[in-house]
Formats: sequence, C-alpha cells, structure tokens
Amino acid sequence: MEAVWRIESARIVAALTRFTGDFGLAEDAAQEAVAEALVSWPRTPPADPAGWLMATARRRAIDAIRRRAALRDRYAVLATDPALGAAAGDEVDPDRIDDDVLALMFVSCHPVLSPEARVALTLRVVAGLSSQEIARAFLVSVPALQARITRGKKTIAAAGVPFELPPPAERRERLGGVLSVLYVIFTEGSTATSGDRLVRPEVAYEAIRLARTLAALLPDEPEVHGLLALCELTAARFPARTAPDGSPVLLEDQDRRRWDVSAIHRGLAALAKASAGGGLGPYGLQAAIAATHAAAPSVEATGWDRIVVLYEALGRVAPSPVVELNRAVAVAMASGPEEALAIVDELVVSDRLAGSHLVPTVRGELLTRLGRRPEARAELELAARLCANERERSVLLRKAAELD
Amino acid sequence: MPKYLLIMRGTDESNAAMMANIDEMIATSRQFIDDLFKAGVYVAAEGLDDPAKGVVVDFGGETPVVTDGPYGETKELFGGFFLIDVASKEEAVEWAKRVPAAPGAKVEVRRVPGGDETPH
Repeated sequence: MEAVWRIESARIVAALTRFTGDFGLAEDAAQEAVAEALVSWPRTPPADPAGWLMATARRRAIDAIRRRAALRDRYAVLATDPALGAAAGDEVDPDRIDDDVLALMFVSCHPVLSPEARVALTLRVVAGLSSQEIARAFLVSVPALQARITRGKKTIAAAGVPFELPPPAERRERLGGVLSVLYVIFTEGSTATSGDRLVRPEVAYEAIRLARTLAALLPDEPEVHGLLALCELTAARFPARTAPDGSPVLLEDQDRRRWDVSAIHRGLAALAKASAGGGLGPYGLQAAIAATHAAAPSVEATGWDRIVVLYEALGRVAPSPVVELNRAVAVAMASGPEEALAIVDELVVSDRLAGSHLVPTVRGELLTRLGRRPEARAELELAARLCANERERSVLLRKAAELD
Repeated sequence: MPKYLLIMRGTDESNAAMMANIDEMIATSRQFIDDLFKAGVYVAAEGLDDPAKGVVVDFGGETPVVTDGPYGETKELFGGFFLIDVASKEEAVEWAKRVPAAPGAKVEVRRVPGGDETPH
C-alpha cells in the first residue's frame, strides 16, 4: 500500500490537479483515497492498485467539488468532461502525465512560497513522503509541518498559480528555483544542520531520486544533469564519511575503498551529459570538482591544479566568498600555503564572510603550515568561538592546543 | 539506500512465448525502463544472451574446469535483470509485479547490500 502510493502519488496528484485545476483539493482527494485504501485493501485487495487509487481519488475530488456550492458551475463542466466520466483505471496519456509531474514540481517550487514551504510541498506531493517522515527529517513537529503545508497550498490558491509548465521564457529561471529546492533537500540530508546525526541519507536519497526524475523529464537541460551528478558524487562518499560512533571522518582520513563505486559511475555519466553542450553551469562545475576527488586515490594524489581551475570557473559563473575560500584551500594544496593566504587575506579585508568561523579556520590551517604558530593559534581559537557545531568546535580547540 | 536486483527467471516455455512476441516484449520493456527512469529509481538493466552461448567454470576439481552452457536441465534460466534503487523491499516488490514477463516466468527480488555492509 505504502509502496504503491510512493510510486504513484506524484502522478495521481498531478493528474487530479489537471482535472480540477485545484492543487490543494487534488492533494486532499489523493490523501482520502489512501485512507480509504488502508481500510478496504486488507479485506479486498484490488487487482490494479494504482488504477484503484487513481479512480478513488478522482471520485473523492468530484465529491469535494460537489460539496462546494461555490464551485457548482465548475462541477457541471467536470461532470460532462469525458476524461472524468470514463471508467476506473481508464487509459491516461502517459506523455501528458509526465508533463503533469513536471508541472507539479514547478508548482510546488513556486517563488510565491517560502523556501521552507517549497521544500515541504515538494517532498509531500512530488516525492510522496508522509508528514511524519518530513517532520522527522527536518526536525519540526508534525503539526508545525502540516501547518506549513496547508499555508503553502493556500498561498498557491490565493496567488492563482496556474497548473501548467511555465512558458519557455520563464522556464529557465523557474528551473533554477526547482534545482535549488532539490539541492537544499540534498544538503539537509548530507550535512544535517542540527540534531544528533551528521548525515541523514534517506533525505539525501530522496533528493537524488527527485533529481533523477527531473533529469528523465528534462533530458536537454545541462544543469539538471549537473545537479544530479553533484548529488550522486557527494553521496558516493557517505559510507566513508562517518566513523562507527557517528563522528565525522575528514576527507584525508576517509577509507576510499568504502566509497560507493556505482554512485560514482552514475555521477560521472550524469556529468558527461551536463557537459555535452560545452560549458558547465554552477552545479556542473561543483560536480566536476567532486568527480576530481572521486577519481583520486588519495588527498595528495588529487588533481589539485584542475580543482583550482574549476573553482576559478565557478567563481566567474557563481561568485561567492565561500567559493573564494574553497579556491584558497585548493590553491594551498596545489601551490602551497603562501599563495593561498593572500586569497584569504583579501577575503578578510573585503569582510564578506564576517562572523563565519570558516575564514579563521582556513587562515589558522595555512598559518600552521607556514610555521607561524602563535598567529595560527589565535585564529583557531577565534574560529572555535564562532563555531556553532559542537563536534567541529572540539576539533578546532584540539588543533589550537597542539600549537602550544 | 537499498538497491534491489529484479532477476528475470524464465523457463523454456516462457522464453519461447517471449520470443514469439519479441517486438511487443521489447516495447513493453522499454516502457517499463522508462517508468523506472521517471520514478528516479533506475540504476541498470540488461538482458542476458542465450544461455547456450554461455560457459560454466566449475571449481569442483583441483583446477577450474570450463564447460559449455550453464544448465543440465533448463527449468529456470536467468534472462536478464533490473537494478533499482528504492526505499523498501515492498517498493521493490511493487516494481517486480510490473516487470514485463511471459506466463510461467518468475522474477526474483534480491537486496544488494551497500558498500558499508557485509552481504549475508
């Protein structure tokens, strides 16, 4: 039952939204169908579970519309719609359904919604996760999460967001929003912002599946493949990223034999598609960096020169102080700490990462390598004061103490 | 994330039935793979060549002995596989129920342990 729902939910909600023009109503009707299935399937299992769910949800949607006096006119139209009048489990145009699922992704990632609502709605209606599962993943209470989803649906209805694919001119811009929602979901799973676990792989894998679906639906968009490649290549390291006690294992200490080889292959294949058109976008470039790490037998034998070049390119297409800082780390590996320190010092002067523990962390490491111990120690202590993560802070303090 | 191998296990009869409608079987298989793609669960899928063209390496003696063809009796032949990446065994079984197969065939569902697990 749950498994069927997981496979079919996006299609059912999407098809119902097309029929009713009402995203919230479609979602509610699909939920009611699931509730009905929970009661009736144990007694009489249907021959075609997916068709049963679709037919029941459609019936529920019509019931709901019928109950709404204000929508009586629309009901009259729906009732005469041959697509709706057809028998249970009737044929639905598969190409149209795929467009529907794509439209569903765009609607649930619509810019009228808050970023939190976009994430919650995408996981709820596109991935088919339960409110309990999403609440657990993002460490919020179930009522709070449900309120967030309800508000999101109301916002979409109030804004009159049409259920359709955005016109081509808007498409690329809106696609960027969809990709960033998927990436937010992935990063939440790959580095949990709070809680007792470093990685929540099930959340990250949900994002990967959504990215794969998106790549299947939009095979000609390089950045979709770029995002997919980035996620696959990052997830490939999950098995080696935590010690048995749950503590993080740094890249240089990871047992690379434990990296997921098949995920690396999938990531490299997606990266090849991302670069098919020539240049790489921001996700593709980050994936290319991850691929360079994945191809290396050790930290020392990594293609740091190539990574520096990739960070330079990333800095041009998507400039940010964090990219600059990462470039500095790569430069330190490729050409030594002196050159890297100059980049970090420029960042300090520009004050664009003020208050972040990352700048003094890197500066402290570089000064350590240069043998400037008292300065290094002061930087690492500053980094520890700014760092909010307990596990990271203790590592910084230990490194500072070693410089005594 | 659990991966599952859906192993096609045909019989002589079901393979013959499949070959009789090979065009249709190829079309439905493509559709099935397309569905796996669009659900984001596809990892790999391959059909295997005629078992008669295979060989068996037998470790029964002191040195490995290579013989033609895999089976003495052809009750169940591995004809191909789908490797999928799904949330649960139940979901893998749901996909297995949708695998295009001729009457008499079976689909075996086997979990593929992750890199940090020991197969058991």
